[in-house]
Amino acid sequence: MAEQPHPHPGAPELPQPIPWLGAAGRVEPLDRKAPAPKGGCGSGACGCASGAAASAETERSSPSGSGAAGGQGASAPPAPTKPPPPSKLAKWWKKRFRPRKLPGSGIPARKVIRFLAKARVVSQALFLGIFLWFLFQTAFRGTFSAEAGKAIRLPLPVEAFLLADPFVAAMTLLSTHTVYRGLAWAVVILALTLLFGRVFCGFICPFGTLHHFFGWIFPSRYLKGNKRVETNKTQGWQRGKFYLMWGFLGAAAAGSAIGGLFDPICVAVRAIGLGVVPALQYLGIRGATVAADSNVRAVQTASDGAQDFFSQTVWTANQAYFHQTWFIVFLLVAVLFMNRIIPRFWCRALCPLGAFLGVLSRFAIFGMEKDHAKCTDCNLCLVNCQGADSPQGGVKHRQDECFVCFNCEAACPEDVIKFKFLPNRKSEIVKPDLQRRTLLASTAAGAVAIPAMRIANWPDRAYSEKVIRPPGAVEEREFLERCIRCAECMKVCPNNALHPALFEAGIEGLWTPILVPRIGYCEFSCVLCGQVCPTGAIQKIDEKQKMGIGQKPISMGTAMYDQGRCLPWAMATPCIVCEEFCPTSPKAIWAEDVEVPKRESHYEAGGDHAKMTTIKVQRPHVDPSLCIGCGACEKVCPIVDKPAVYVTNAGETRSRTNVILLENTSYSS
Amino acid sequence: MSLSRREALGRIGAATAALGGSALAARLTWDPGGFDVTRLEAERQVRDFGLKAGAGPVMAIAKSSTDAADLTRKAVQGLGGMSRFVARGDVVAIKPNIGWDRMPVHAANTNPVVVAELVKLCLDAGAARVVVTDASCNEPNRCFQRSGIWRATHAVGATVILPAAHRFRELRMKGDVLDLWPVYTPLVNADKVINVPVAKHHNLSKYTGAMKNWYGLLGGRRNRLHQNIDVSIADLATFMRPTLTVLDATRVLLRNGPQGGNIDDAKDLHQVIASLDQVAVDAYGATLIGEKPSNVKYLALGEERGLGKVSWEQVPRVEV
Repeated sequence: MAEQPHPHPGAPELPQPIPWLGAAGRVEPLDRKAPAPKGGCGSGACGCASGAAASAETERSSPSGSGAAGGQGASAPPAPTKPPPPSKLAKWWKKRFRPRKLPGSGIPARKVIRFLAKARVVSQALFLGIFLWFLFQTAFRGTFSAEAGKAIRLPLPVEAFLLADPFVAAMTLLSTHTVYRGLAWAVVILALTLLFGRVFCGFICPFGTLHHFFGWIFPSRYLKGNKRVETNKTQGWQRGKFYLMWGFLGAAAAGSAIGGLFDPICVAVRAIGLGVVPALQYLGIRGATVAADSNVRAVQTASDGAQDFFSQTVWTANQAYFHQTWFIVFLLVAVLFMNRIIPRFWCRALCPLGAFLGVLSRFAIFGMEKDHAKCTDCNLCLVNCQGADSPQGGVKHRQDECFVCFNCEAACPEDVIKFKFLPNRKSEIVKPDLQRRTLLASTAAGAVAIPAMRIANWPDRAYSEKVIRPPGAVEEREFLERCIRCAECMKVCPNNALHPALFEAGIEGLWTPILVPRIGYCEFSCVLCGQVCPTGAIQKIDEKQKMGIGQKPISMGTAMYDQGRCLPWAMATPCIVCEEFCPTSPKAIWAEDVEVPKRESHYEAGGDHAKMTTIKVQRPHVDPSLCIGCGACEKVCPIVDKPAVYVTNAGETRSRTNVILLENTSYSS
Repeated sequence: MSLSRREALGRIGAATAALGGSALAARLTWDPGGFDVTRLEAERQVRDFGLKAGAGPVMAIAKSSTDAADLTRKAVQGLGGMSRFVARGDVVAIKPNIGWDRMPVHAANTNPVVVAELVKLCLDAGAARVVVTDASCNEPNRCFQRSGIWRATHAVGATVILPAAHRFRELRMKGDVLDLWPVYTPLVNADKVINVPVAKHHNLSKYTGAMKNWYGLLGGRRNRLHQNIDVSIADLATFMRPTLTVLDATRVLLRNGPQGGNIDDAKDLHQVIASLDQVAVDAYGATLIGEKPSNVKYLALGEERGLGKVSWEQVPRVEV
């Protein structure tokens, strides 16, 4: 945009003739200060903004005004010669992407703000894309280029979003008094928040972007016009997220990282990784089955190609199942649906990470200034507001609620709103509007909830034998201090062996990982769950530690036989698939050769009874000193519904009390 | 106000169309009940990729080297060279044992050098495409990568296919115990098939090699097969008749089979055996791990079905 001749700051307030039209603009109402220009200044937008010169060239576009005269068209330079007639494409482009007309005074926002509001969308799409790509890559896919002896690890830092999550870092800091390894990356988001406020929510958060998208794509008809304005005003219930956050921090101080249930990154990984992706895979495989049944070679080839592509990029070769995942998906759908009624309901009402950043944003250097005198109450800022942070004139802005999405300034036609460094805080509330008593009460409630949940259910006492923790998991008390239920371990498990617990591990253990060998067993030399665990609930063990090369292997539990269901034990039928799959050397399952009586399955010819014979079978036994509880035996047992061999957590290495054998007993604590 | 004729006819017509449509839909989709019994009367299925019988040796035992690639070349050459088996433009499926998440040193999977050498020989003989694949027991990505077979065969130009749900199609084999099973399509959709097992100990069947390697042809819950493992193996070997069998005995698993896991469970033998007879090569392989062929029951079943000879000594053979 070309430089316009700026009138002197002290220029008369009455409208001047527009130079290239030679005509005066619409007459400004005299009972109001003339608006200051914005955006028209091409060189040094900041200087222009702070200059705040009253300008008379700024044309107001009437509601029925023509497109060319409205909005930014007003500040376009005069055409020296008549341009050539625009092509069809150019016409279409202009119609499609012409800057939207602003009503009221029609002062366009500063160029930098208009750029930032667009850049925000790009940034959101980019981070959501990276998040999804990392999530899809949270799976081991082999490569032709690797040596046989190369240790198997994921090439990408797929848990990066969790490592940079300050709420996760804060919770685990309170519960373990340490910052585990990569969680130090949380300082990046902290630093951004201290500089710019909750830009994470506006620019980065993939879960926030999903809500933003759904609020945009399907608002209900009750979310238009004035109703939308009312909805986007700051509501009292937005305090809920702060109380929730303080409650979770109280719980963390009491020794439980249970706040991961509500951390947005954890929710996104859990719900998309364990629910949405497997559901899409299910649809894909159903489609492939239909294609295969078509018996048309070309259709089958195309379908196989599509399956190969998706199993290498989005999902994996076999259908993923997750125990009780319907509940997780139901909650995701519910909270996404809320965007229909209240845009970004999750972010405004529930998100503890947003609340955490909101508390910190009081220190932000960057912020908003409002010139209430110019506001015409057009409410365009409110229509576009994401955080419900009171951008409109007449009330104080809420820095703790603001996502810094720049929508309000980009929409404001009256030059009321200005984002800038070190703004005056005359019309700014920077601290969450909380009641001290409620805050203390919610923190205390979080803290006492943990012992309340633990007296109902704790190792050694009334603990479920189904709580088989992943290999390298730390002792249960420390595990609950660390596990944020992010489901990374479940997503990465190549055999689909790890699942979110429902109430197996007590109500506190909701969605913590447990091994369900019936669905998948723990692959002997695999250590990927520890690699992706962001908080050290599963330690980063290596293959030697896991398999016990030169040391005692890590055991997750012990296999037991149900001799009444086992084919060689109860039904005089050879089997021992369990022995075949047992991965240790020597095998923890050994077979005893016995000759057992067997009745023929038919009557003797001419007789009235079935003949008795004998048959040689091998009866399996477990050596508890060798069993690592991987569950391969349980997975492959041909008795599908309730296997004849099953693993329980008895004898798990991580526990000093859940011990079977004398030689493993440690009395050190 | 009386109804117009036009509207009355319209309404009657709509009602008739709705009724007729649902009657038609019901007729087309009506299930009168009962199984389709004709499907159960199928023939025993055979996929025969074998050559027409010719003169010359049936088995070539290579043991005059310690280099696996060299042994492989010599063994195939002993039977007349790869050009006898693979014609120009053929799609060749090579089926090694890639069952377990173990490294080559554990000898639970076929030696990658042997497999890669076979790929090279096939391509040199003019094969259009050489597919290397198996339906693994452990997680396939780990098995293919850590067995070293993925890297070794990809490097010489093979198409490596990993098993995935969509690559299995249900088939009625009509064996004695195996009937309706998901069959791994890349192994049967080929012009020539080469079986490349590894000689191993197995606690239930005592020895496994060529015939048991066809477990990798099946999807579904293979664990049921153990209840009648000998007949299952015989059924599979009857169904699948490869062009050529190359038994890898460069390093064999002597105990804790079929996975091993300990380096001391395996021993270097430096032998590769190429054979046209699945039974004879397994009988010979059993002797290599110290098992009597008569103790390996599925061998006798194979001989009964005319798949080959248990007494491998009587088979025309060369040692190179």
